[in-house]
Amino acid sequence: MSDSFAVMIIVATIASGIRLATPFLLASLGEALGQRSGVLNLGVDGVMLLGAFGAYYAVLQTSNLYLGLLVGIGLGLLIGLFYAFITLNLHAEQGVSGIGIYLFGLGMSDLLFQKLVGTPRPILPFMPLEIPVLSGFPIVGEMLFQHSIIVYIAFALVPIMSFVLHRTTYGLNVRAIGENPEAADSLGVSVMFTRYSAIIIGNGLAGLAGAALAIELGIFQQNLTNAMGFIAIALVYFGAWSPKGVMIGSLVFGLVQSIVLQCKTFGVIPRSASDLASMAPAIITILALVVVAKRFKQPSALTKPYVRGG
Amino acid sequence: MSSQLNETPMLQMKGITKRFPGVLASDNVDFDVRAGEVHTLLGENGAGKSTLMKILYGLYQQDEGEILLNGKVINLTSPANAISHGIGMIHQHFMLVPTLTVAENVSLGLKSTRGVLTDLKTVSKRITEISKSFGLQVYPDEYVWQLSVGERQRVEIIKALYRDASILILDEPTAVLTPSEVDDIFVIFRKLADAGRGLVFISHKLKEVLDLSDRITVLRHGRVTGETTPAQSDRHDLARLMVGRAVKLAPDKPEVATGDALLRIEDLYVAGDRGRHAVQGLTMEVKSGEVLGIAGISGNGQRELAEAIAGLRTPQSGKITINGHDTTFCKPGQVRDVGLSYVPEERMKDGAVGDFDVKENLILLNHNREPFCTNGFLNFSAIRAHSEKLVKEYAVKTPSIDTCTKNLSGGNIQKLIMARELDANPKVLLASQPTRGVDIGAAEYIHERISQQRQNGTASIVISEDLDEVMALSDRIAVMFDGKIMGIVKQEDATRESIGLMMTGEDQEA
Repeated sequence: MSDSFAVMIIVATIASGIRLATPFLLASLGEALGQRSGVLNLGVDGVMLLGAFGAYYAVLQTSNLYLGLLVGIGLGLLIGLFYAFITLNLHAEQGVSGIGIYLFGLGMSDLLFQKLVGTPRPILPFMPLEIPVLSGFPIVGEMLFQHSIIVYIAFALVPIMSFVLHRTTYGLNVRAIGENPEAADSLGVSVMFTRYSAIIIGNGLAGLAGAALAIELGIFQQNLTNAMGFIAIALVYFGAWSPKGVMIGSLVFGLVQSIVLQCKTFGVIPRSASDLASMAPAIITILALVVVAKRFKQPSALTKPYVRGG
Repeated sequence: MSSQLNETPMLQMKGITKRFPGVLASDNVDFDVRAGEVHTLLGENGAGKSTLMKILYGLYQQDEGEILLNGKVINLTSPANAISHGIGMIHQHFMLVPTLTVAENVSLGLKSTRGVLTDLKTVSKRITEISKSFGLQVYPDEYVWQLSVGERQRVEIIKALYRDASILILDEPTAVLTPSEVDDIFVIFRKLADAGRGLVFISHKLKEVLDLSDRITVLRHGRVTGETTPAQSDRHDLARLMVGRAVKLAPDKPEVATGDALLRIEDLYVAGDRGRHAVQGLTMEVKSGEVLGIAGISGNGQRELAEAIAGLRTPQSGKITINGHDTTFCKPGQVRDVGLSYVPEERMKDGAVGDFDVKENLILLNHNREPFCTNGFLNFSAIRAHSEKLVKEYAVKTPSIDTCTKNLSGGNIQKLIMARELDANPKVLLASQPTRGVDIGAAEYIHERISQQRQNGTASIVISEDLDEVMALSDRIAVMFDGKIMGIVKQEDATRESIGLMMTGEDQEA
């Protein structure tokens, strides 16, 4: 195996790791936002599935990939609105209602797929968007600057969300409400508005994550996400509720996945052990969680409904 | 005085009535505040002080009555609304976000000069100005979790001043402060009043009320029972207005000869919840017939010490001896068997089962023993007879012994726990915050009971944040700070000042 071949493989592995990390990143950014405001959403995977189907179907009908992304986001926003209503107005228990959202998304996306599409037909994914100049650099260019537009959007959202959380009054409100909603309310900050918006935007991102996945794979099938949404929730804890941390978590997860795939391709792992190897990312995530997440404290008001004067 | 009486008050609450399901929380209450005065609202828990203030701060809306600000009727529908009318509130449980900085906490809910972006620089600058002009030392860039309780309170006050509050509601602001911090904050409150603000001081601590107030309004069962001034009344008058009858503020303490040490603690180390030592090398003993009071601000290892004595928390090293038995590593049941009775700090969490009825809670320690239980079957006639007797003996006010315990008032639940614990004829009684959140009448009764234990030859320890309680009950007073005993003084030699100093970590033994 020549050196240049090894470099090629490494570059391809990293590039594919970044691509694989993208849906996780989008979903966990959304989940992090919701949790920072004090609301847990276990239904991410269901939202992703609906977003994925919506995007797939829209692209199948119109061949417009951007419309697909918008449909994915739109479905996410809609479920977010519903989830916000049941948790914030009706004070539903967040753990259980999140699971309800997941099951709804899982079943509904499959039902719609069976009814509207039936036999899977592939769609064309985004072409890689090569960033002028930068993509021309050897190695780095191929690794970082020859991705589809969704990848750039996802990674651009990391500094944007950091900025919003730490430099804007809205972000300050979100952080305060996730820790002590009484304090925010006593100063006239609307707990309802802040949580509603955080949940809706968060779910919109989950919908986008699903759309990104379906478009990237160019296909939809039952349970396409295969519990990616749950991994995304774990990554929020791994990333200590910070956009940067969540990004690192997603990248680690994507890279491990990509390495396992490469190893399988090259037969490093025997066929008999390939299923075991597929579990590696999940196991590594759990181990990392145990080591990393213990050191950080979750938002104090997480999962606690707020009632004024209560 | 007379010229002041003619002025229109800044704020008037007229005929305020507020009903909650089954309760008349506020019954046609009139209350007003004038510029430059501290007007105290005094009353027991549940007397309606908080309801009234929550109405004033827009958290609740009154069913009847009106609120006038400078003679004009205003409608307070939310805290934001109250703030815009210049009403600020210092909450009993601080309304601060620990993970944010002081400046971030203050700027919450304010309109930023930079649109959607926060403007912490401007906020920090004004915080420093306010802090200078009133002597409220704070640093805008510090995180609130790093601050002491006293500093957090200053942040609370600055938050209100930043919003130009002309009326400040102080909801039990001294509950968590050391005596010297109380002195400091009172100077600031006075300064704020002198600068033309109207202060509403809510408290049930009689001494503080007399120290700070210009006027005092007393509430009982949602109704005003009296209006007075510190010049016209003393602690006994105020207590009578609060309770509706004469109250003994300190129990009788006849001379009792002390005997052997029944509780002995040697060089005890106990870990706290976060792993660090909560109790560090503590040594003390309590003799038969004496009450040892442990004073100190909560969180200095008192809870961990109590749990270690009661067998609920395993010490790391050291030795605990109860009535001659080494109980250092005993389980709670074994500790009780050698003669410990324990009245825990959190009465609804550790002291009684809320969903159990009165009789069930009363036999909770002996429910598996004769005569309450025979061969695994509960013996209800014995249980009922025993419970009826205890309820009567300890004056527990309950509709019946079949009433669900959580429906009783805090004072009566505490009496029920006392009844159960004292009925065991303890050698050592450990009572943690025995009257916290308990009305004066019940507190008086509980103090009397603890005091009686001296005649029975019990060695009692009373852990309390309430310095007056410790002073009233104890024969000797130990002060706990940072897991250590800072000093033990005889009750007759103790002064509030010396104890207060030790509570902040000044070593008296050195």
